[in-house]
Amino acid sequence: MHALAKKRHHKAAPLLLVVVLLALITAIGAFSATSATATSEASADDIADGERLFAANCASCHGLDAEGQDGVAPSLVGVGAAAVDFQVGTGRMPMQASGPQAPAKPVQFTQEEINQLAGWVASLGAGPAIPTAEQVDPALGDAANGMEVFRTNCAMCHGSIGGGGALTQGKFAPSLLETTPTHLYEAMLTGPQSMPVFNDANVTPEHKRDVIAYIDAQRAGSPGGLSLGAIGPVSEGLWAWLLLLGLIIASTVWVGARSS
Amino acid sequence: MSTPENTPENEPQEGFVDPGLADHRPRRADVEPKANKRAERQVAALFGLSVVGTVIALWAYFTKDAGDGGDVATIQSVNMWIGLGIALAMAGIGFGAIHWAKTLMRDHEMVEERHELRSSDEAREGAIQNLKDGAEDSGIGSTGTKRRSVLKGSLITAVAIAPLAVLVPQIGNMGGDWNISKFRHTLWGPGVRLARDPDGELIKASDVTMGSVFHVIPEGLNDLDHHHKMVEKAKAVVLLVRLDPADMKPVAGREDWSFDGIIAYSKICTHVGCPVALYEQQTHHLLCPCHQSTFDVADGAKVVFGPAKRPLPQLPIAVDDEGYIVAQNDFDEPIGASYWDRLKGDGSSADVEEGSH
Repeated sequence: MHALAKKRHHKAAPLLLVVVLLALITAIGAFSATSATATSEASADDIADGERLFAANCASCHGLDAEGQDGVAPSLVGVGAAAVDFQVGTGRMPMQASGPQAPAKPVQFTQEEINQLAGWVASLGAGPAIPTAEQVDPALGDAANGMEVFRTNCAMCHGSIGGGGALTQGKFAPSLLETTPTHLYEAMLTGPQSMPVFNDANVTPEHKRDVIAYIDAQRAGSPGGLSLGAIGPVSEGLWAWLLLLGLIIASTVWVGARSS
Repeated sequence: MSTPENTPENEPQEGFVDPGLADHRPRRADVEPKANKRAERQVAALFGLSVVGTVIALWAYFTKDAGDGGDVATIQSVNMWIGLGIALAMAGIGFGAIHWAKTLMRDHEMVEERHELRSSDEAREGAIQNLKDGAEDSGIGSTGTKRRSVLKGSLITAVAIAPLAVLVPQIGNMGGDWNISKFRHTLWGPGVRLARDPDGELIKASDVTMGSVFHVIPEGLNDLDHHHKMVEKAKAVVLLVRLDPADMKPVAGREDWSFDGIIAYSKICTHVGCPVALYEQQTHHLLCPCHQSTFDVADGAKVVFGPAKRPLPQLPIAVDDEGYIVAQNDFDEPIGASYWDRLKGDGSSADVEEGSH
């Protein structure tokens, strides 16, 4: 009991508390998805080059004929050039390790090589093509209508301004704030991984461009200050309860402590 | 209680021992003139910090244009600098004042004893006597010489009916509509076409490709006035998906409720009524954002995780001559969260069915 009574007044305790909290907040901030740039040139591709690239980089999982393997990788026949440009162009493919979901990471190929791969996969079966620059130009979209479409179809997973959010068992909806307009369009069109497909009958090409315009309008930042990742009550609660309350407790301890 | 000096360290004892007052220890600023000077400088520096904070806030207000021409990034930085400036200005004054009091102002210990919680016996007896005297004087007590039964009766009446002034308007404002059967019915009915939320475009079966998810409202919902539209939308919203028919587990009695893998479920959670709309295409799981209830769309929207107790109600659908998806009927059970009357009457069939899974 005496030992306990002595330990209650350790001088460094409030300082240590603040340091630990700051470290925690910083670590959480470090989780930000990276995304790569890509331009959607019309693919005047050499399909044979694409096939060679595929055999060297993709075939170990998807198979030499891209028909997939049960429980390992899906068939790519009919997924179209848009799916390849999204998956490879954001670095999600080639997948680095098996896990709940393939995260975006530094891109492994040049845009020319991606176009060659996309051209070869597109030649296997009809599928959605890479959108043109005009189709994804945020300046041509209506951000207000985009917000309505986004709120109905996207916000439940990606958050009200596209900051991302958690799903089940380690899966998550990534932040859209760093994603290029072309990749946004391709994701809606092809429904990568857990995401459902939003075909042109569901979200029309004009509405897709409106959604891109809405996301683009969010990139300027939040007028309210720190958005803390815009992922809602988790980061905001962590900030308020641990950091701010920690500061208040530390100040209170300092006010009550006797001067040396 | 024994004093600390008499107690051997290893002997177990009840609670903490009162250690008494510690010896007075002079602060460094009391004995060292240098430390005293340093403390003075620290306090002055804290007040100076406050002045800097005020200047920062004013600088941010006057030099950064947050008016009509300001974009979001400018407004953000102006808000941040004004906020930081004010925080610094307030914290500087507060911390400076406390540091001043702690290091430089008089330092002597005072003992302020707590008073007893229990009042003295005389005070307690006096209070009781006051009550008795009051009862006697007013004539309410039965032992009184003057009986004031008229006053007594009118007081009781006044106290008894006074709450009505609050209760009657409250109950009245709940409205005269006690028809709870409307919770059982939505805008869906035989032949009502499925339309896209929010623009009301009709949906053809051929539009719903594999892996698609459509957020659906009934045809004609957008023609209602705003109030009715919101009320009906809150009950009628539906999620429409297409799965590989090979992945779907059939539910007894609902074999013809879906069309070629196209299946529709109520979007209102059976837990407390949030919109269930986070759909994972690969696992066919539908997740509620409020309390993480998870439903398996491929298996009759059965609950696989979370606090929901019942599967999502399924909307029976078919395809009409023109290829549009239509409802066969309304939901066969009330949608959304359980409520007091749910288990009575026709709504109970779904609960029986759930037990048979």
